[in-house]
Amino acid sequence: MDRKTSKKIMHDHNGDGIDRRGFLECMAWAGTGAFCVMQGGVLKSFSMSRLGDFDAKKMAGELSFVQISDSHMGFNKPANPDVTGTLKAAVDKINGLSTPPEFLLHTGDISHLSKPEEFDTVDQILKGASAKDVFFVPGEHDVLNDDGKQYLDRYGKNTKGAGWYSFDQKGVHFIGLVNVLNLKAGGLGTLGSEQLAWMEDDVKHLKSSTPIVVFAHIPLWSVYPDWGWGTQDSAEALGYLKKFGSVTVLNGHIHQTMQKVEGNVTFHTAMSTAFPQPAPGSAPSPGPMKVPDDQLRKVLGITDVNYTRGKHALAVVDSTLA
Amino acid sequence: MRVRRGVFVSSFWTAAVLAGVLLLAGPLNVTVNAQQTAPAALAVKIDNFSFSPATLTVPVGTTVTWTNQDDIPHTVVSTDDPRAFRSKVLDTDEKFSYTFTKAGTFAYFCSVHPKMTGTVLVK
Ligand SMILES: [Cu+2]
Repeated sequence: MDRKTSKKIMHDHNGDGIDRRGFLECMAWAGTGAFCVMQGGVLKSFSMSRLGDFDAKKMAGELSFVQISDSHMGFNKPANPDVTGTLKAAVDKINGLSTPPEFLLHTGDISHLSKPEEFDTVDQILKGASAKDVFFVPGEHDVLNDDGKQYLDRYGKNTKGAGWYSFDQKGVHFIGLVNVLNLKAGGLGTLGSEQLAWMEDDVKHLKSSTPIVVFAHIPLWSVYPDWGWGTQDSAEALGYLKKFGSVTVLNGHIHQTMQKVEGNVTFHTAMSTAFPQPAPGSAPSPGPMKVPDDQLRKVLGITDVNYTRGKHALAVVDSTLA
Repeated sequence: MRVRRGVFVSSFWTAAVLAGVLLLAGPLNVTVNAQQTAPAALAVKIDNFSFSPATLTVPVGTTVTWTNQDDIPHTVVSTDDPRAFRSKVLDTDEKFSYTFTKAGTFAYFCSVHPKMTGTVLVK
């Protein structure tokens, strides 16, 4: 293992087991094929080329799940003419994980144009995953033309409102939020007062030691508002989570990994399984980014999340489809 | 103005006054006549997650056509309540047209990417 992978916490000013300088270092690495793991309060970054050195068994927690995002089934432009193939590759990746995930989270943009056959294709491909349960939240591409009615018919069983819900798995409380409906001109993603009231009530009776995972399509933090990469009323939602020791926020939408730690909240965005998008502000628009064909699977991927009871934070590991 | 001429040009005096107005108006006169012979049609391009031109000024009766040139679907939706117009989702190269029959300021946006906004001023 090289020097960087065994770095210990040196700058834990908040006493929360999170080394901010280490995190920044990790983020700088992210673009060059590294991934970052938070384990028992120690941040570790691993070069993708050293994956063989990485003992996945050690990372195996009591709960393991995988986040996938932005499959955009139906997309057929040069940035990826075969989104079916790359989604299948993501499923192969999931099935090859040394710790099989217990379920999948799909953080939206299942389809590209909200067409029934697009949803059908994704459902069919995901049936090939070792994990049988998939928990969805919609992306803006899943609620085109009908304000999300079709999405609710397909995926909204046991959900509230426009499709929000919560569930518990091995002591971890999961909250799926919808922030892609009723968007206002000039604005960002929106949760809305009804959903916020539900969420406040949903977490009120939980012990502060309960680990929380919040997942939604559009980032619940201000990634790049100029491109609409944020949610205007996310601060209210996060306000309800202040008392909790460990909060992990998982989003999609921006088709690239990004992480931020703020107090006890770790924010993370996942890669797409369909096509990459440019880094904030690095292109005239956030449209699909065309990369050389042999590079495509290096910028698509899945996110593997592990939780060990008693540990402070969840381990979030991104891996590409390459 | 077109309506008035049709309805009221019945007496010599009205005709004379109108002729005077039209003569005084000069270039405006030409514009009005041009509108009558060829109803205007104008195009708005949707490209790089923006409407261009973002602000368009048109005479009453103009049909505006939006064309999506992005690799990502967009919509064209009036911000008025009730909405003056609302396209279905436009995939690449798809178009949406709307004819503005009333004067006013018509703000619109893409309901998928609400940062995308535009205005049509109808005079
Ligand atoms: Cu749009």
